[in-house]
Amino acid sequence: MGMTIAEKILAKKSGLPAVIPGQIVDAYPDLVMSHTATWRSVSVMEKVGATKLYDPDRIAVVLDHIAPAKSEKNAADHVKSRAFVKKYGIRKFYDVDAGIAHLVLMEAGHVAPGDLIVGTDSHCTIYGSLGALGSGIGYTEVTSVWITGKLWMKVPESYKIVLRGQFSKGVYSKDLMLHLIGSLGADGCTYKSVEFYGDTVQNLSISERMTMTNLAMEMGVKCAFVPPDAKTREYLVGRLRNRAYEEIHADANAVYSKELDVDVSQLEPMVACPHEVENTKTIGEVAGTRIDQVFLGSCANAKYEDLAVAASILKGHRIHADVRFIITPGSKEIMLEAMRTGVLATLVESGGTLTNPGCGACAGDGGILADGEVCLSTANRNFLGRMGSNKSSIYLCSPATLAASAIKGVISDPREL
Amino acid sequence: MEKRLQGTVYKFGDNVNSDIIIPGRYLIFIEPDKLAEHAFEMLGEGFPSKLREFDILVAGRNFGCGSAREQAVTAIIGLGIKAVVACSFARTFYRNAINAGLPIVECPELYAAVAEGDLIQIDLAGGEIHHNGGTYLFPKFPESMRQLLEVGGLAEYLKAQIRDGV
Repeated sequence: MGMTIAEKILAKKSGLPAVIPGQIVDAYPDLVMSHTATWRSVSVMEKVGATKLYDPDRIAVVLDHIAPAKSEKNAADHVKSRAFVKKYGIRKFYDVDAGIAHLVLMEAGHVAPGDLIVGTDSHCTIYGSLGALGSGIGYTEVTSVWITGKLWMKVPESYKIVLRGQFSKGVYSKDLMLHLIGSLGADGCTYKSVEFYGDTVQNLSISERMTMTNLAMEMGVKCAFVPPDAKTREYLVGRLRNRAYEEIHADANAVYSKELDVDVSQLEPMVACPHEVENTKTIGEVAGTRIDQVFLGSCANAKYEDLAVAASILKGHRIHADVRFIITPGSKEIMLEAMRTGVLATLVESGGTLTNPGCGACAGDGGILADGEVCLSTANRNFLGRMGSNKSSIYLCSPATLAASAIKGVISDPREL
Repeated sequence: MEKRLQGTVYKFGDNVNSDIIIPGRYLIFIEPDKLAEHAFEMLGEGFPSKLREFDILVAGRNFGCGSAREQAVTAIIGLGIKAVVACSFARTFYRNAINAGLPIVECPELYAAVAEGDLIQIDLAGGEIHHNGGTYLFPKFPESMRQLLEVGGLAEYLKAQIRDGV
């Protein structure tokens, strides 16, 4: 019987010739990522009395949530993380200047096709944009992987989603994912591995693929993949340096428990309405909704291309007087590129407030909402109270919809600008 | 892990996410009692204090979805909750619960039958829930998870392994 991508990676990382869905394996990840939660894993390490790591080079630490520190407690937690990094010689360490862990690790060449990566963040699924199996775990389990090098994993069933056609103007992979989440539901792919195929995805940039595998988490996936191709290889050139890797592709006779065929050519810009990501509507159904703040940020949509799309719409415009516009580039590399090309200047000139790269307002760091306020965001979650008051609301959209809406002061169709 | 649990039920709906269980602003804490003070507070007046009157949470589909934050489990433990029964769980919540030694059970059949305040008994080893004269079955835990629950979670398991020089 043939194997899917997830089955092949889990078999390889657990030293088995083959695995089947439902099987529980002891897998050895190539990388275990912890972000601002690192100090918690260090606390567990102290509690259990461990003094040795399995392999410091398989550990990455990135301080991205609530960074730079905003309280003394927070600062002390950062100190604890840095002390751990120094003590154990963790070389893949990125401090508060770097940006969002997921983007930083991919940019720095720590993610290769076929890798198994676990980390203290549900959106580890994003690594599948480069053909790696990424999955979220808790901080205690991170400590366990630090010490033992392994963790138990259940081999998931796989779904195959074939995407056909081209997006029409003003439609992006964010809209596609909101459409899929809306139709399949927040638990439509729980415990499943999702593989994306078809001419649509082949034509999408790596940045757009990152948005896809990131948002796939909001359907409950364990992991999601875009199979590596020439675009993946091109992205990796100069990043992986001399590191060898093996692309993992599904067998032609791999078994999928569900197969979907989606024509994307008729898709419209989509918006996720409060307070669940699955609560999606087409732009026409929500256009005119008043907004107080727009947030261009998060691991879903604060990549260079996302900032550039927003800038292309905002160029020559001022945002609406009643709207606050927060710009949080996903990483330092992204911010530097946006500085060099003028994208950042355009965004700031339009009325935006630039913050340091990182998770920013999506993790409740700045840009907090008061009672009754409404935020339109390019992030991946609109849960009740996630950005402040439990009487505030969050809508999710693409960078293009965000830019058009910032100008008008109400949720607006980017195709009309 | 107690093999038999008994208590009164508080009932939630579908898609209770981990931001609702414990908002991100409290992730600076890892202590069960501190987290419990703010558990479910987004749901408004009466929360979390009224949950302390119950022993077992029952929920619909996809309980614990969203963020992988382990404190969602810690906060529930801090409330004195002994187990969570749901139609289904998000995978990170499921994993974190087992790793924290909190018994969680998928049993969709119970959901429709049970109401707030009802008394239920859970036989964890036997894979049965008893409620109002009825018996509801759930799959028994695989060996690896049973071991973790029995020692009280992954940290306790690691501590014992390190102590024994494994």
